[in-house]
Amino acid sequence: MAVRIDTVDFNIANEIKKLTANRSDIGAIVTFTGTVRGATKSGPLASMTLEHYPGMTERELSTIELEAKKRWPLTECAIVHRVGTLLPGENIVLVITASTHRHAAFEAAEFLMDYLKTRAPFWKKETLRDGTAAWVDAREVDETAIARWQTT
Amino acid sequence: MAVRIIYFAWVREKIGRPEESIELPAHVRTVADLISYLKSCGAEYQNAFQRDDLVRVAVDQIHVKPTTEIVDAREVAFFPPVTGG
Repeated sequence: MAVRIDTVDFNIANEIKKLTANRSDIGAIVTFTGTVRGATKSGPLASMTLEHYPGMTERELSTIELEAKKRWPLTECAIVHRVGTLLPGENIVLVITASTHRHAAFEAAEFLMDYLKTRAPFWKKETLRDGTAAWVDAREVDETAIARWQTT
Repeated sequence: MAVRIIYFAWVREKIGRPEESIELPAHVRTVADLISYLKSCGAEYQNAFQRDDLVRVAVDQIHVKPTTEIVDAREVAFFPPVTGG
């Protein structure tokens, strides 16, 4: 298990290597990467700035990982989340799950992202090309996405 | 008892500072009490907590509800609903 907050970009291949080094008990690796969209409802994006709550972020992400490991037979998992100012197309978040079989890895990756989006203390501010800036509103669909994990 | 209060995102911008240490009056026992108290401390707090249903709170870095007691808290954070990922 690993959680990292970083201002610099991550390399997905390197992150996978860190999880799989010297082990042969993994049969499936799933990665999810979230990236900055260039288009917003209000117009084209110049940049996105992410802030977080140092300390609480790591604590929440570790709790989310522990919960995933309780629910699925994961051999490993990792979350990398960037903060600071990012440009359209840049990476924001990486989730990696590894298991002996694919179903656990797929499901756990979705679970980790759904929980991260509703629990981890990150906030996005969008700056548009016209110079206006606004905080991104939380989406109700993210709350709906998390609900399915609570009923099963 | 002094408690460290931290603000994030637009809550921070509306209050105009990232954090502060506040001596809590004896009648402030819960998160909701603290919000009412802060609202009485100035226009910036009234502005930030105008729609207090939009403000989330963590006590000692754990998500909590407005009814949570803060008598022994070291750190209380106020922020908008999270938008990471």
